[in-house]
Amino acid sequence: MYKIVSKTTLNNTTDKMEIYAPFVAKNAKPGHFIILRVDKAGERIPLTITEHTDETVTIIYQKLGYTTSQLGQKIVGDTVEDFVGPLGQEVEIKEASTLLAVAGGVGAAPLYPQLQAYHAQGTKVDLVIGAKQQRYLILLDDYKSICNKVYVCTDDGSQGTKGFVTDFLKQHLKNHTYDHSIAIGPLIMMKHVVSLHKTFNLSTDVSLNPIMIDGTGMCGNCRVSIGDKTYFACIDGPDFPGEKINFDELISRQSFYTEEEHMCQLEELVSNDKK
Amino acid sequence: MIKNKIKMNEQSPKERTTNFKEVALGYTKQQAIEEAKRCLQCDSPKCVSACPVEIDIPKFIQQLTNNQFKAAYNTIEQDNILPSICGRVCPQEKQCEGACVLNAKFDSVSIGALEHFIGDFALKENYSPSHKITPVHHKIAIVGSGPAGLSNATTLTKLGYDVTIYEALHRFGGVLNYGIPEFRLPNDIINQEINKVKALNVKFEKNVVIGKSITIDQLFTDHDYKAVFIGSGAGLPRRLNIKGENYGGVLYANEFLTRVNLMDAANFPTTKTPIKTGDDVAVVGGGNVAMDAARTAKRLGAKNIFIIYRRDETSLPARVEEIKHAKEEGIEFRLTLNPVAFNGENYRVSTVVCQKMRLGEKDASGRRRPLPTDTYKTFKIDTCIIAIGQRPNPILSRANDQLKTDEYGRVVVNNHETSIPNVFAGGDIVSGAATVIHAMGAGKKAAYAMDQKIKSS
Ligand SMILES: Cc1cc2nc3c(=O)[nH]c(=O)nc-3n(C[C@H](O)[C@H](O)[C@H](O)COP(=O)(O)OP(=O)(O)OC[C@H]3O[C@@H](n4cnc5c(N)ncnc54)[C@H](O)[C@@H]3O)c2cc1C
Ligand SMILES: Cc1cc2nc3c(=O)[nH]c(=O)nc-3n(C[C@H](O)[C@H](O)[C@H](O)COP(=O)(O)OP(=O)(O)OC[C@H]3O[C@@H](n4cnc5c(N)ncnc54)[C@H](O)[C@@H]3O)c2cc1C
Ligand code: FES
Repeated sequence: MYKIVSKTTLNNTTDKMEIYAPFVAKNAKPGHFIILRVDKAGERIPLTITEHTDETVTIIYQKLGYTTSQLGQKIVGDTVEDFVGPLGQEVEIKEASTLLAVAGGVGAAPLYPQLQAYHAQGTKVDLVIGAKQQRYLILLDDYKSICNKVYVCTDDGSQGTKGFVTDFLKQHLKNHTYDHSIAIGPLIMMKHVVSLHKTFNLSTDVSLNPIMIDGTGMCGNCRVSIGDKTYFACIDGPDFPGEKINFDELISRQSFYTEEEHMCQLEELVSNDKK
Repeated sequence: MIKNKIKMNEQSPKERTTNFKEVALGYTKQQAIEEAKRCLQCDSPKCVSACPVEIDIPKFIQQLTNNQFKAAYNTIEQDNILPSICGRVCPQEKQCEGACVLNAKFDSVSIGALEHFIGDFALKENYSPSHKITPVHHKIAIVGSGPAGLSNATTLTKLGYDVTIYEALHRFGGVLNYGIPEFRLPNDIINQEINKVKALNVKFEKNVVIGKSITIDQLFTDHDYKAVFIGSGAGLPRRLNIKGENYGGVLYANEFLTRVNLMDAANFPTTKTPIKTGDDVAVVGGGNVAMDAARTAKRLGAKNIFIIYRRDETSLPARVEEIKHAKEEGIEFRLTLNPVAFNGENYRVSTVVCQKMRLGEKDASGRRRPLPTDTYKTFKIDTCIIAIGQRPNPILSRANDQLKTDEYGRVVVNNHETSIPNVFAGGDIVSGAATVIHAMGAGKKAAYAMDQKIKSS
């Protein structure tokens, strides 16, 4: 069992949680993730390590479906059943004097340790951060302290520029150049950012979030087609150069269990009603 | 003497395909004794040398005929700590039973069924392994809780070492736990067998990935282990490398079986990991894994399930009993066919295209080599489960360049020791995907090599 040592609400759909897990913390590096199971009947879900101390690991999760909502109900002092990591490859921090970073929604969480590492090596980082509405923007203050510039976009214009990050980028890239870029967010966002950046000859790394089970390369559920090769995101990634990724296939794979996920939440509603 | 072996009771095919309970019901005490009496007690028994861990088979059978159940258990447990498991899953027809002299004219003695009986009897009666332990106070770390790790752990514990098993998953047992379905090997049996290992004072740590959570170097430097045993298995699915293999609805047997066995997806939505098969399910491959996947799909409610295999029926590598059970359950065998492409829309599979094969000369495996023809067949499917083998798990070798592997990713050993001094290995990670009993044999032999190395240094 793994104890929750602190918890902060970032907005009504997103929490930050620090968990006591020395075996995970010891070797954690930017790009690594964990897999957790809230209880014995639970699903194994992957979440990125956003920070760590010698003995604790911090995760930021958006309460999207059953498991993340169930995790959201836990309070400090509670435990989660399983917590394993650090999994995946440490991200390669590339040599770059300027970097463009693009975050969409909760993608701002996995991006954070990577930008910290770029900031630490002296790279000048500009961040474009997008969300549906102002209240879904996370980590803005943390980013302001490590980025050269932070540009905000919201779908409804409640803060910053109105529209998608790609709308903003189309204009922005006309008069700004960068050595390299990273984009982390929903698959559809990463797909469009990568294809836009290609037209500006800007290379883009992305962090993929396919469905995972074991996270050790055993099941193959997390596979992704890149060029004519197949990679397992849990052991080969989750960070990859974006240019050759077959995003459409991955989007289809990611939604394979949509109906069932919906059922899971319904079940929860029914059992809450009974209580 | 009775010429034919005593048949074990089973759930009927109709009944069992609606549940995940064990198909084989095991011998009664009466049946076991009667079957044991069929053994001729040969002077130089061939069965013993055909057993990868050389259990003293005639001795335990003799004890069984004399009603000495505890003694029979202790005879087996000397060489095999997991009799309830091996009795159920060993390919006996290729090992002990295959070598039985009765085979010449009659049925062989049902050694597997007798081992299964004694193992379960010991669990019920709570017999414990016999051992005198003189502690030697050296710490050993084991990577992986599959049969190789478990057998290495028990052997070293009996030799007096202080042993900890680290497991990447949240449950112990390796393939026994996440791969082999409950209807062949109930989780309850695995847990009870593992509890016996725990009772010897072996420590078990779940959710620790060696190479990630703790590196091999850290095991020595930060945790003070004297030696390490790697039993990390062959967990990586082999791919067909054909078009459409990454479509939704195409999955590897490991994923399919893990969802059901490890994550209990059959009880979704009470448990939270989903699974779906649709009506038409193709399973590619002819081994135990393919049979397990096909029979699991049946129990999940799929209607038309067929095996696609590139050779003929006599070449199927699965245990004879699994093939028989699969057929009884209505699994169809579409043989001498090799998948060449998946088709579908929006990256969801809808058909599999197979090339008809013909059989040529015998190849290195002694089976006739499948050769392509110009004929193709297309089948409509909702799901395809690929079960064409597993390769060694790459996590450790990737995390450590010092760990030498061969072209197939297998860890290279010399007298069970890897290229890193004091790091030993055995089981599927060394041999490639093999069997439970071979993994156990390797774990045990490696334990003696480790003991020798430690004592001589
Ligand atoms: C390497 C990696 C890192 C991630 N990091 C973060 C993070 O830092 N913060 C964060 O909020 N989210 C992160 N995610 C996504 C997160 O795992 C999913 O949001 C979570 O699994 C949703 O589970 P649920 O039961 O709450 O929702 P569901 O209702 O089950 O699903 C909602 C969405 O999550 C996807 N999903 C469901 N189960 C899984 C699974 N087992 N593995 C992966 N995706 C799944 C579904 O396809 C669906 O799109 C990461 C995913 C990966 C692969
Ligand atoms: C579906 C299926 C059916 C089978 N049926 C039969 C059968 O009927 N009869 C038979 O004899 N054989 C059968 N086999 C083969 C048999 O199960 C294997 O040969 C045997 O389990 C190998 O044992 P092992 O200990 O080497 O590895 P495994 O059983 O694979 O165990 C390895 C363990 O190590 C863990 N691990 C891996 N890497 C790490 C790490 N870095 N850190 C910590 N832990 C790690 C894994 O999670 C796993 O639990 C079957 C296999 C499958 C997949
Ligand atoms: S999550 Fe199972 S192989 Fe990647």
